[in-house]
Amino acid sequence: MADAALFEFLHTEMVAELWAHDPDPSPGVSAGPRGGEMGGRKGQKTSLSVLKGMGFRVGQALGERLPRETLAFREELDILKFLCKDLWVAVFQKQMDSLRTNHQGTYVLQDNSFPLLVRMASGLQYLEEAPKFLAFTCGLLRGTLSTLGIKSLVTASVAALPACKFQVVIQKA
Amino acid sequence: MSRQASRGTESKKMSSELFTLTYGALVTQLCKDYENDEDVNKQLDKMGYNIGVRLIEDFLARSNVGRCHDFRETADVIAKVAFKMYLGITPSITNWSPAGDEFSLILENNPLVDFVELPDNHSSLIYSNLLCGVLRGALEMKRSPDLGPGDMEVLGVSIRKEEAEGMCGSGEERRG
Repeated sequence: MADAALFEFLHTEMVAELWAHDPDPSPGVSAGPRGGEMGGRKGQKTSLSVLKGMGFRVGQALGERLPRETLAFREELDILKFLCKDLWVAVFQKQMDSLRTNHQGTYVLQDNSFPLLVRMASGLQYLEEAPKFLAFTCGLLRGTLSTLGIKSLVTASVAALPACKFQVVIQKA
Repeated sequence: MSRQASRGTESKKMSSELFTLTYGALVTQLCKDYENDEDVNKQLDKMGYNIGVRLIEDFLARSNVGRCHDFRETADVIAKVAFKMYLGITPSITNWSPAGDEFSLILENNPLVDFVELPDNHSSLIYSNLLCGVLRGALEMKRSPDLGPGDMEVLGVSIRKEEAEGMCGSGEERRG
């Protein structure tokens, strides 16, 4: 069984690798006129979507390996709780810190100490870099949900490292 | 099985497959990004190297191993402590060169290749090449301070596929 640290090391290296291959890397996502910013933003978008795609495939595969009994959830909320507990423990060795919902298909999952952000400085430094470290995990959540029969959009936001929120919006068929 | 008990097993199962699946997604992506297997191999080695130089600190902090006095000890620590800690396997150490500066690690059950099938058009792909880079990076960080900068050549770590399954690297250290 692979040690948990390996995933973290690999993830960090994947982010670095995919960013290095931007046709037009730009330091941050902040708006503001800058020469070539369109190219820069496009390059960033590509890298983020590549990371999300990889996370999605891994999430799907993780979901596919679960036993049938697990998949017999009664409600959508049960599935989200599963993500916050079982999936999060499996991937990050901790549970999600809070789960909120408007009971109309939108869920906000909050992690106050997200392990993939913890190694970076805390607070507002490197805030611009945070999205790169969240993309894979957004994909992972969406992928697992997909295998569990739920179509969704997952986005992440960071107000201050290392806390972050994942927003899951269920897409009705 | 109660819900409580089965929850633990599910997490464990997912956790053990997470690295393998993520690695698979990475190799797949690299095969898309690069046109030929050689470039993918190089990229895996480079990424592994970057991981290795950080992993060694994690390893030393968690394992309590002291200084290795010779290369044989190093080989033992790699196979019996490091591989066990990180991948849950203990490769066998064989093929020592007469000079004692080269050995092979044989991985009977390589967790990286679980569920993996290589398509025919990737015959030159060294799927587990990340491991070589990791070993190279980790060892380079911990080379003996007694050796001068010119004495420690870049370690060569390579995978030779003899049985198309989990054959693994040799570490080479040349003293000046």
